[in-house]
Amino acid sequence: MKKYEIKLDRRNFLKNSVSVGLVTIAPGVFLQEIAHGRSLDEPASDKIRWGMLIDTNQCTEDCDACVTACNEEHGIEDFGRPTTDTQWIRKLNLTNEFTGKKYSLPIMCQHCENPPCVDVCPTGASFKRADGIVLVNKHTCIGCRYCMMSCPYKARSFVHENLENQLPHAPRGKGCVESCNLCVHKIDNGENNTACAEACVKDGHQAILFGDLNDPKSEISKQLSEFGAKEIRSDLGLNTAVRYRGI
Amino acid sequence: MKNLIRYKSIELDRKVFYPISIVFILLSMCFYAFVTLEHEGHWLTGMNNQIVWGIPHVFAIFLIVAASGILNIASISSVFGVSIYKPLSRLSGLLAIGLLVGGLMVLVLDLGRPDRLIVAMTTFNFKSIFAWNIFLYTGFLFIVVIYLWMMFEGRYNKFVQQVGMFAYAWRIILTTGTGSIFGFLVAKEAYDSAILAPLFIAMSLLFGTAIFIQAIYYIKTTFDVNTEEIIFKRLKKLMLYFILAVFYFTILYHLTNLYATTHHDYEFFLLFEGNIYTYLFWIGQILIGTLLPLYLVSSKKFYNCWNTLLLSSLLVIIGGFVQLYVIIISGQAFPLDIFPGYIESSSFGDGEVAKYIPSIYEFMLGFGGIAIALAIFVLGILSLEFIPDSLDDERLQS
Repeated sequence: MKKYEIKLDRRNFLKNSVSVGLVTIAPGVFLQEIAHGRSLDEPASDKIRWGMLIDTNQCTEDCDACVTACNEEHGIEDFGRPTTDTQWIRKLNLTNEFTGKKYSLPIMCQHCENPPCVDVCPTGASFKRADGIVLVNKHTCIGCRYCMMSCPYKARSFVHENLENQLPHAPRGKGCVESCNLCVHKIDNGENNTACAEACVKDGHQAILFGDLNDPKSEISKQLSEFGAKEIRSDLGLNTAVRYRGI
Repeated sequence: MKNLIRYKSIELDRKVFYPISIVFILLSMCFYAFVTLEHEGHWLTGMNNQIVWGIPHVFAIFLIVAASGILNIASISSVFGVSIYKPLSRLSGLLAIGLLVGGLMVLVLDLGRPDRLIVAMTTFNFKSIFAWNIFLYTGFLFIVVIYLWMMFEGRYNKFVQQVGMFAYAWRIILTTGTGSIFGFLVAKEAYDSAILAPLFIAMSLLFGTAIFIQAIYYIKTTFDVNTEEIIFKRLKKLMLYFILAVFYFTILYHLTNLYATTHHDYEFFLLFEGNIYTYLFWIGQILIGTLLPLYLVSSKKFYNCWNTLLLSSLLVIIGGFVQLYVIIISGQAFPLDIFPGYIESSSFGDGEVAKYIPSIYEFMLGFGGIAIALAIFVLGILSLEFIPDSLDDERLQS
């Protein structure tokens, strides 16, 4: 049997340690950079602005896969009371008054850069994260509903019912206001996609594209610069993170 | 001339039995409604994801603006130096506290999380007019208590004018803040107008005066406070001016909306479409709340008739309540125009006029606010000398 002699002098030891260290850490650093993932104790970065591009040409009236996926993802129940039931995302059917052309599209919280809900919230429970996601702090929301009065997109719902068996990643409760959180739990664990966008692809439509609006190399930025898109109620100057194409 | 004003407190006897029993019944009902809603959730109310503010908010805002307006009686005496109102100043302060506490209670009990009141009192977002209002309301209570203290304590009477000036400025800002809750809502066509702030100030003066007339009539008939011509004529004149002021700002508000093409749809919906809000506006607000009382207080036929003044103040209170209902509910019921130029439909009521049928629980909460105001009034007159022993002309002119 051949004997291997290991030369463990100080120089070799340091050299090997550095090499092993680099090989161990480097993929983590680089892959995390690519995936925009981050550890939970690290704050969200303002270098990123998450957003969505909705291609209305790809969206059909008879499909509500995005709505179903959102409800499943966040444990949103149907109590059979349509006026008080929660809806984070809804399908809107439009008919152009002039041309008569019909459109169908999903609408949800538009994650405004200047959100009116954040402005009016008396306790600061409505807030915007550094990466542009507009959220409700469920610990400080007092359920006054002023944010619902101020939202130009009717994107928020008030929890009118007792809830049970909530999902750990989607804390919800009676008496608080809530809305689309852009699947913040999926972003924070590095999945970087939303349930609605995944469901839309799965259903073969590709009407919802999620991505980083600040990254010029992202697919969403490329499509926005190539085809352009509209902001709903752009007259209000809110600079929304959800943009619509084909309308 | 020697000041002849004397005040008295009221004995706990049969005379206050009725208000105390009303307070007890209404508060019990309010408590029941609160506990039920807290336990079951807001789906039991008529409010929903389209009409997020309902009857409780109509009651609350009515009581809060009336609280500011009712202190005007004291302001006229200590700020504008009209000494005729001096004997009424204490009562004006007491009613202001009662109405404000009643209104705030309704607001708090209707919150989704009333248990988090402490959060609302300690965590503020100063860009929110709502957060500012929390300071304006609590500050108002504090100032009125000081104001009353200066009135009651002979040694400090000399400070009444200064404190009165401060209270006057504070309540103008307070009502501006309340009107701005709606005025600052840019997304809704019915709101988004700076005129709502002065409209709310005028409304506060009118509602406050109308409630004050009811209170004066109550103490006059129940506790034998003699009232003669001067006080009657003054209150009647105040009513006339304030009805005209509210009417003026109402016309201005609708003319502004009618001028802006973007608001035409809402104005048509409210003024001409023939829905519930159209009837409430024309019959409740304009006919019952404005034209009829205007006729009653200005017509010479009803000269020196307390019953007419009482009736007109009652009509003003009903009309005022309807006016707030129209402002608060119709503004939410009218569909948001998310995609201008498109006909919209969805499972979330897009493109439709939202339906709202208030539930009994909402009225129970609202009447609880009135009960609190009444309770504070009764407790006040039982424990301290709030009521002038007479309001005859000789004493008022002294």
